[in-house]
Formats: sequence, C-alpha cells, structure tokens
Amino acid sequence: MEKLKERNGKVLFSNYTLGEGVRKALSLSRDDILFEVKDSKLKGRGGAGFPVSTKWMLAAAAIADEKYVICNADEGEPGTFKDRVLLVEYPELVFEGMIIAGYAIGAKNGIVYLRGEYEYIRKSLEDFLVQMRKDNLLGKNICGKEGFDFDIKIFLGSAAYICGEETALIESLEGHRGEARNRPPYPVNTGYDGMPTSVNNVETFACVPHIIINGGEWYNNFGTKKSSGTKLFSVSGDCEKPDVYEWEWGITINELLEKVGAKNTKAVQVGGASGICVPKSEFDRKIAYEDIPTGGSIIIFNENRDMLKVLKNFMEFFVEESCGQCTPCRIGNTKLLEGVEMIENEEYTFAYLNKLKDLGKTMQVASKCGLGQSSPNSFLSILENFKDEIFYHEAGVENGN
Amino acid sequence: MLVFEKTSLAEEIEQLIEKYGNARSALLPVLQEIQSKHRYISDYAQQEVARHLKIQPVEIYSVITFYAFLNSKPKGRNIVRVCKTISCDMKNKISIVKAVERELGIKMGETTSDNKFTIEYTNCLGLCDEGPAMGINEQVFTKLTPETAVKHLHEVVG
Amino acid sequence: METKKNGRAPVSQKPHRIEKPEHPEYIGGSVKIQINEKELTVPLGTTILEACRDNHIHVPTLCHHDDLCIAGVCRVCVVEVENMHALQASCAFPITAPIKINTATPMVRKARKHIIDLLLSEHYGECYSCFRNNNCELQTLAKEYGVDHYNFGHIEKPKYKIDNSSYSVVRDMDKCVLCKRCIRTCIDLQEVGVLEAIGRGDETHIGTFLDKQLSDVICINCGQCINRCPTGALRANDPRDEIWEAIDNPKKHVVIQTAPSPRAAIGEEFGLEAGRSMTGELNTALRRIGFSKVFDTNFTADLTIMEEGTELILRLYKALVKGEDADKVPQFTSCSPGWVKYLEHFYPEYIDNLSTAKSPQQMFGAVIKTFYAQEANIDPADIVTVAVMPCSAKKFECNRSEMDDSGFKDVDYGLTTRELAQMIKETGIHLPELPKSEFDNPFGEASGAGLIFGATGGVMEAALRTVIELVTGGKVEDLFENANITPVRGFEGIRYVELPITEVGEVPEMYKKYFDSWDWLKGATLKVAVAHGTANAKKVMEDIKAGGKFSECHFIEFMGCPGGCIGGGGQPIPTNATIRAKRAEAIYAEDEGLPIRKSHENPHIGYIYEKFLTDGPCGDKSHKLLHTTYTKRGEYIA
Ligand SMILES: Cc1cc2nc3c(=O)[nH]c(=O)nc-3n(C[C@H](O)[C@H](O)[C@H](O)COP(=O)(O)O)c2cc1C
Ligand code: SF4
Ligand code: SF4
Ligand code: SF4
Ligand code: SF4
Ligand code: FES
Ligand code: FES
Repeated sequence: MEKLKERNGKVLFSNYTLGEGVRKALSLSRDDILFEVKDSKLKGRGGAGFPVSTKWMLAAAAIADEKYVICNADEGEPGTFKDRVLLVEYPELVFEGMIIAGYAIGAKNGIVYLRGEYEYIRKSLEDFLVQMRKDNLLGKNICGKEGFDFDIKIFLGSAAYICGEETALIESLEGHRGEARNRPPYPVNTGYDGMPTSVNNVETFACVPHIIINGGEWYNNFGTKKSSGTKLFSVSGDCEKPDVYEWEWGITINELLEKVGAKNTKAVQVGGASGICVPKSEFDRKIAYEDIPTGGSIIIFNENRDMLKVLKNFMEFFVEESCGQCTPCRIGNTKLLEGVEMIENEEYTFAYLNKLKDLGKTMQVASKCGLGQSSPNSFLSILENFKDEIFYHEAGVENGN
Repeated sequence: MLVFEKTSLAEEIEQLIEKYGNARSALLPVLQEIQSKHRYISDYAQQEVARHLKIQPVEIYSVITFYAFLNSKPKGRNIVRVCKTISCDMKNKISIVKAVERELGIKMGETTSDNKFTIEYTNCLGLCDEGPAMGINEQVFTKLTPETAVKHLHEVVG
Repeated sequence: METKKNGRAPVSQKPHRIEKPEHPEYIGGSVKIQINEKELTVPLGTTILEACRDNHIHVPTLCHHDDLCIAGVCRVCVVEVENMHALQASCAFPITAPIKINTATPMVRKARKHIIDLLLSEHYGECYSCFRNNNCELQTLAKEYGVDHYNFGHIEKPKYKIDNSSYSVVRDMDKCVLCKRCIRTCIDLQEVGVLEAIGRGDETHIGTFLDKQLSDVICINCGQCINRCPTGALRANDPRDEIWEAIDNPKKHVVIQTAPSPRAAIGEEFGLEAGRSMTGELNTALRRIGFSKVFDTNFTADLTIMEEGTELILRLYKALVKGEDADKVPQFTSCSPGWVKYLEHFYPEYIDNLSTAKSPQQMFGAVIKTFYAQEANIDPADIVTVAVMPCSAKKFECNRSEMDDSGFKDVDYGLTTRELAQMIKETGIHLPELPKSEFDNPFGEASGAGLIFGATGGVMEAALRTVIELVTGGKVEDLFENANITPVRGFEGIRYVELPITEVGEVPEMYKKYFDSWDWLKGATLKVAVAHGTANAKKVMEDIKAGGKFSECHFIEFMGCPGGCIGGGGQPIPTNATIRAKRAEAIYAEDEGLPIRKSHENPHIGYIYEKFLTDGPCGDKSHKLLHTTYTKRGEYIA
C-alpha cells in the first residue's frame, strides 16, 4: 500500500512484503504459531493489555462448529488514530495477522469492525481484500495449504465509542445496541453468534506477521522486561509534530515530548479520555506496563491550557458515550460532570468533591464494563494532579478558544 | 408519505434484505444503507425492516437511537459533523463551528431551510493529529481553517 | 456469517450457555466455593446469587427477576470475588471454578450505597403519593442501606411526561430505574415487543416505537410489565376515584362482580401467604365499602361456557357435516382481552377463529344492565358496573367501542386486585379478619367450572366438562376422576390433548333445532390445546400458519398472561412461578369443594335461559347481547 509519508520503526514501520507472514505461518503447525506468539509476550494493543497467546490458546482449545476472528477497528478513544494509519498504509499487516490468527485458532471467518467515522477507508480495504483473494491469501486452501479456508469481511459501525469494547462490539455485529455483555462468559468461549471468538486490536494483528517471520524471541528483545516489543503512539495536542510514531516500550514522557517537539508542556494525557493525566513532575515516568500502560494515545497540554476545561471535555464525552445500561456509569458520569461544572461555577464544596472522588472509585469497580470502570480516571487524576491550578485559578490561564 | 414513495422504499428495502439476508445481524448494514441514501430512516422504513427481520419496530428504533450516525428524523441532504473532542477543541474547533454557522445561517444541531445541510457535533474522528477535523457525509476534512471549512461546504454540494 | 436466529434479547440478557454434566453428582458437575469464609458445594453454572440465596445469604437485587433472563445492569448485587480487580454482579456470574466470594466487604457496601444514592438522585417521585409505597424495591433498598439524605443531590423537575394514554397501563418514567425488567417482560417473556431502551448515555430511557404514547402502539395491555416493575414507574390506570364517586352518589346503584383470580390472590395484599382464597371475606368487605350488590363473575363464566361451548358445537357441525366455514375451526377462546388484542395485531387474518362469545366480565355487564335491571326494576342508566379483575387488559376491554350492547357501556370500570385491596384499606378494614358472606341473587350461585377459568387450562376444562356431558350423555366423572380433567392442567407453556368420542347420547332439547342426532361426532377425536402467555400463543399460531398439528385442533384456549388470569397484570406484586402455582392450587381446591362443578348444571343458568335469553345459547337474543365482533388491527403504526 502506498505510504502517505515516510515512516520509520523497528517492527511495524519496517519493510514488509505482502504474503510473507502468512506463507511462513502456513509452513508451521498451529501450536508452533501459538508458542511463537507466546514467546513474543505480545500483549493486546487495544488498551487492556491481555496476553494475546492466552486468548488465542483458549479460543484454539474451544470446541465449536465455527470460530471467529474479529479485528477491533473501532478506534474511538479520543486522541487515538494509529489504527487508522495502519489500515490506510499497512492493511497487509492487519489482514495477515487475522489470517494467521484464524489458522492458529481454527477459524474460517474474519470480521473487521470498522468504526463508522472511517467509512472513507472502507473502499480501499475492500479493494485490498479483493487483491488478496486473487493472490490466494484469502479464500480456499490458502497459499496451497490444503483445508485452510479463511475470508475477511468488513462491517461498518455507526458511531458509538462503546462499540470498541469487545462484547459491545459483538452485540453491535449481531444487530443490537452496543451494550456490553456480562462477563463471564468471555468471547473466547461465547462470542459472536455464541461461538468462540478472538477479538483483537488492529495493531495487535499487525504485529503478528513480523513476529512469525522473525520469531518471538526477536520481538521480545524490544521494549522492557514486562512490556515486549514496540508500540504505536498517537500523538496530538500541543507539539510541533503530531503524528503516529513507533517506539519501544519504556520510553519516558520526557523523551517522547522531545521527539515530537513539545515545548512548555504542563501535562500529558496518556491513554486518551479514559487514561490518566500526568503532570510535569512525573515526566520521567516510563510508558510501559510496569509504569504507565496505554493503548497509545498521547495528548499534550502546554502551560496555557485550562485543565478543568480539558476535564470537562472528557466528562462530556463519557456522559454521551456511555451505553447507558448500568447505573454507576450512566448516572455516575453525569454526577462527575456536574461536579466539574460546580467547580467551574465555583459552587462546589470540598466535602462534596470528596464524595465524588469516592463515587469515582466505586465506578471503577462496580461498572459493568471498561468504559465506566475507566471514565473516572481522568476526573481523579486531573483533580489530584492539578488541584493548585484548578482551585487557585491562576490568572491568565486560558484555552485556545 | 405518499403511496408511490412508500412502494419504492419498500422495494428498496426488499433489495437490501436480499443483499444482506434477514437475520438480525443484517440490521446495521441495512439501516446504514437507508441512512446514507435518505439521510434518515423513516417510520415506514423502520417498520418494513422490522417486518423482514421478524422483530418489532421498537427494537429498530432502539438501535437507531443508540448510534450517533443513524437518525429517525429527517435531516439535510448533507450532514456536516465537526469534531468537538479534546485535540480538535484545542485546535480552535470553535472558530470552525462559528464559520460554518455563519455561512449557513443556522446553529449546530439545525438544518438549513433548503434542506441542504444539517450541522452537528461529533466525537473524536480519529484525525486528532490533523485537527481541527470535520466530516461531510462520508468524507473527512482536516487541518481546517474557517476559510477552508466553508470552501469544503460549497465543494460538496458542487 | 449471519447469526443463526433472530435472537430477540441481546445475548447479554440471556442465561449463559454452559456445558455441564447432566447431574451435579457427576464428575465436574459441581464446584467447591467459599462464600464469606463458608465452604459450599454448588452445581456448575449456578450463579453467585443463586448460591447465596440457597444458603440464606442475603444479597440485594434490583434488575434481577426470577421470571426473566439475566440483565446485570443495576449493579446493586455486586460482590467481591477473590483475584478479580472489579466487583462482580452476583446475578450474572455463573460459577464455573472454585472461587472465593465475599458479599459484605467495605468496598461492596460502599458500592451498593453509591448505586442506590445515584438512582435516588434521578428519581423524581414521592413515596407517599406512589402506589408502590411499602411495596417498592427501590424504597426497600433505600431503607436497607439506611439512606437518610440525598448524597448526590436530587432531581428537581420531572424529566418526562406521564403517559396515561392507555386504558390499562400508565408509564411514569421519572420513577424508572432502568432495570429493563419491563423490556425483558415485553420482548422476551411475552414476545410482544412494545418497550425497549431508547437513546444512549444519559439520555437512555424506556420508550416505545418513535416514543409514541402507549395507546398508539401495539401494547396488548397485559400488564405483565407492571407486575415485574420494581418501582412505581409502571402502574395500572386506576379508576378508584370515579368508583368512590359513584358509590357516594345516592342515585347510583353500584354493582360489583368479582372474578376468581383476585379472590385467590388479594390476601397477599394483606400480608397473607399466596394461595388463600378470600371469597367470603371479600363479599363482606365489598358490602362494607358500599357496593349495592356483589355478584360472582363465575356466573357469567358459566354463561360463557354455554355460549362458547354451543358455538363450538355449531362450528364443528357446520365444518364437519355441512362442509361450511371449515377455516373457522379451530375455535379460539376469547375471554382474555390481552390475547384478543394480541391476535388482532399480529394474526388479524385469524379473527374469525375467535369465539364471538364475550368474556365473562362483559357478559355480566350486559346482563346486569338488561336482565338484572329489568328484574330489579332499576333504570339501567343509574347502574354502575364495576368488575374486579386480575387483569389490566380488562380495563381496555370494557372501553372497547364494541362493548355497549346493553345500550349502555356494559361494564363501567375494570378494577384490579391491587386497586380493590387499596379501596378496602381506605375503608379501614383488614380483610382477613372479616366474617364470610355469600354473593347476592339472582346470580348467587356459580359452578366450579366458572371458578377455574382463573388458571391456565381452566376454560378448556370447564368447556370440556360441559361439552362431554352434553355430547355423550354420560358423566365426566366416569372419564376423569372427580371431574378433574388433569391433562389440561399444569403450567407447561403449551398442552395438547386428544379425547376420543366413543359414545354419543341424546341430543339435548336446546340443540334439537340444529340437529337431532350426535352421530356425526361418534368415533371422532376431539383435539384441544391450551397455551398461556403470548409467547406460547405465538408458537401455536405459527404452527397453525404452517399447517402443523395445532391447525388440526378443534378448540384452543389462549390466555395472554403466563399462568392465566392468576398471573394477570392486575394481581398483587411480586409475582413468580411459586406464587402463581399457589394461587392456582387455591382455585382448584375451591372448585373441588363446590356442590356444582359444571356450568350446565348451574340452576341460575337454566333460569336466565328460561326467563330472558329464551331462544337458548347462541340464539338471537344471546347473540345480540352476549356476543361481539373484533377489529383487525395489524402491526403497522401510522
Ligand atoms: C470503552 C472501551 C472502548 C474500547 N475501544 C477499543 C477500541 O477502539 N479498539 C480496540 O482495539 N480496543 C478497544 N477496547 C478494548 C477491547 O475491549 C478489547 O480489550 C480489545 O479489542 C482486545 O484486543 P487486544 O487484546 O488486541 O487489545 C475498548 C474497551 C473499552 C472498555
Ligand atoms: S460501564 Fe457504561 S458503557 Fe459499560 S455497560 Fe455500564 S453503562 Fe454501558
Ligand atoms: S417508586 Fe418507590 S421509591 Fe419511588 S416514589 Fe414510588 S415508592 Fe417511593
Ligand atoms: S402491557 Fe404487556 S404488551 Fe403492553 S407494554 Fe406491558 S408487557 Fe408489553
Ligand atoms: S419501567 Fe419499571 S421495569 Fe421498566 S425499566 Fe423502569 S423501573 Fe424497570
Ligand atoms: S479530537 Fe478531533 S479528531 Fe480526535
Ligand atoms: S440484580 Fe444483579 S445487576 Fe441488577
């Protein structure tokens, strides 16, 4: 696929020839693949960081008539756009990753759940799939491998952030509201159409062909002890070079800010609206599962930004995007937003704000899915890390608008 | 709705069902096609789809109201969606909004009287590195200035 | 890549699919767990909630309901499971591994309290003006968690308009806690599909198609959603004020009829256990309230059997002997207005299969405003008829435009069991303490056949008791011990019974004008079926459409509500399978104790045909007064 710009990286943004990964994979046994992925210690790139091999092994072990491989391209977390870049510029990696997963777990069907906002990418993806079918990378007896059939369909979402949550995504695929399911049972047991299903992020799949070609060991050499490999970062906000970057895990925030040309940085939101807001004093922290894990969204705020407005923007997002089925998230987020407005209008008491913080902690444990469990993160971290700014109202702090 | 409009819509839906099947999993693709053609999914269309899928219309309505890109009420022929999420917000999305509102003489959430445009907010479009961003129908436009935003509006209607 | 079935409710709201051995005793059939340090062994797949309940550990719930599939949305039932970072909803968590559960940690307690606080902050309504006061699950939770102030503020203005467009169900969404029980009831249990969650995020609410008012959509008025709503968000359209006004008006002669199911359940409203029939006490109470006459709906149930039974015989005669109107067989019962409206909406093409006989409630109304008015010498314009019913759909039924054959509105008000209990309380009486008394004449006595109408299969049994005896000339007791036709009883969703007619008797006088011998029925096999709850009705109807075995039936009893009228939408709350079974037992026990148990043996029935409906069952007079027509409604909503 034509690259929009020159990109450099050690794994994903390195050179790759179409079909290489699938061909290598099909020369291996299913178990070999599962163990290669295990050796790579690859963790899911969608945010939750669940070990990919564990998920695949469970799906592979499940006995069922059908199994599904689903690529989660619902990328809706504010400040995340790396999956878009992969889909536009490196679709071969994503699709081949899915094919390899299908081979490993014994699935015949792959579905890409593409967010409605990315409809404009759909055509090129469809065309690419046609090409892959012609090249026998999809279809029957793929690359001459007797008995291995696999095909991929693209399913378009219709704009709902919650559909990135894997069980909500499955509900949506099945034609329902994107409301998260009760877990257990997990999708690897009871997923799409009640069948074992592995849902993985776009980037997760994209890593797989490289791992299969170069080996799990090789991949594991990048990154830190608990965070193997490289990671794509979607960098936006106050910096000179907002873009998608591939860096090894373990990069500190300071290093990162340096690379993207950020100046006078006051805060960095790691992990999007559902992530945490890191203040300047902690910029030496590492981005890695050992320290700050993330799905790769980095939003940079310089000294002129009003953090309360930032928080308000996040909370408005969650109030709208909550699926609305469970109490802690549906009403909890409204209450947190109200709290932010109280601060804005100077109608708060600290006693009440403390109640809200407590409520936030309940939401983190009692909500039905990851949305409600993570939506209080920014509320808690911004109010904690920027309390001086927020409660003293330093003069001259204004957002861009 | 006029009778001939109904029949043509019914036929259209029948074709969609032929294309996607009548399982519940066909619901979103079917609704999306109706939405993209008519910019909304009428009462009648909802009931027709429900009939084919052997579910109740309220279930369709429930699904439509869940997804931001599906509507049950008529909208303009072109739907303009300006991102209001954080990165675009910081890149001065408000100036884009104001420009668009001024140009079309309506406020966010409204439809022009000639039914050409509906303008509304949307959440993050995944173009945060190129903000402020906006979508017009299925297309997206990035690194907007008030001037280019307005230019794109006019380009779309030709 | 299509999903195989049109899964109605989301899978998230369905019971989990867990492969488990047939018996908990088999290897892998059960799991050892710990709840609050206590070692327990539970069958694989048991939910944490079930495990707790079986072991008398209390866990609060709100969205969970025994009759319904799992939702897991309120989160009130959360518990701690060791090694899981988040709390788990106990109602939705199937136990498949040896886990350690703690139901009362500080985190759990705090979370539950927060959830209740949140629900209350959005709850617009005052308990003292709410019909669920003292019987509200939200209120109970608030009490259980000692809520003494609004921790997160309180909504000041109502967000929604109360929808009281329907004759039967009133929706007050400001009291809704979004537990989705009504959705699961309407879509899953009843398979009607009126209510769903609309919108998302903070705008989520329960609504109908296009958020129309209830009277404009395909609601069948069954009220099953009311029975399962934990709060006052759903209630029946309450006519108490109008009834009090009529009672207090000396000009009005207010007559009340009571159906058997309310009598078997009303005790529950006074703290009694389910399954105690209060017929005699209720009669006394109604007189004390000020009703002029107290009649037994069972009387017109007997009349219904005469009319509907005759209609069946005539339909069969026409179809089998004359070869006319064969498609009007099977005949469907028409006494459940929920079922009738369901058919009118979803299977309008089968409208001619519905028995034209009115329901007992409506027959009574018509008889009171004609025959009774004449006998008692009262101007029917001054008579107000009230019907105590287990049912919310009866409110709609009495307001149907077809229902004015007496020249007046046949039945003025349908009153539910719950509302009647309220009136009794307002009068200051404690029902269980009252002495018993009898019904008023001229309809004083009714048979046990009319009584069992209340339970699913009851109409069929009552009809069979009469039809068998009329046709064979023998005794039902010779075929079924003690005249209990047990094959049609029970709670199985659909029951199918074949009765061979080996012998025929004399044609009774009243049928001689139609035919003079039963020979055409000799050797035939009467095929009947019973279905309760519209979901089961749907199965039968789809089978009929496909030409399956039910299309060969001669007579089918349909009840709109699960369990039949004893599970009706006007009955005391809560409801579950055990409660419904107990109410049914009470009814069958009362039937066994009655001297007359067959409609045609009721002397008052003989009297009314002799004095008033002189051309016999299905004659012109009864046709005018006791039969009705239906409306093809269809599913489309304009
Ligand atoms: C509210 C919410 C939104 C999510 N959005 C996405 C998303 O856009 N893309 C994604 O890959 N995973 C998303 N996830 C995570 C998925 O639930 C799931 O963990 C992931 O797709 C698994 O893939 P992985 O193991 O490869 O990361 C989201 C989770 C939550 C709770
Ligand atoms: S946490 Fe929020 S998004 Fe998740 S199920 Fe609950 S309401 Fe829906
Ligand atoms: S619904 Fe319950 S809590 Fe609400 S007002 Fe009624 S009784 Fe009180
Ligand atoms: S009354 Fe019956 S049909 Fe109507 S909404 Fe309630 S459950 Fe559904
Ligand atoms: S109306 Fe009642 S049953 Fe329905 S969701 Fe609301 S509270 Fe629950
Ligand atoms: S914030 Fe506007 S596109 Fe992401
Ligand atoms: S009772 Fe378990 S979540 Fe509501």
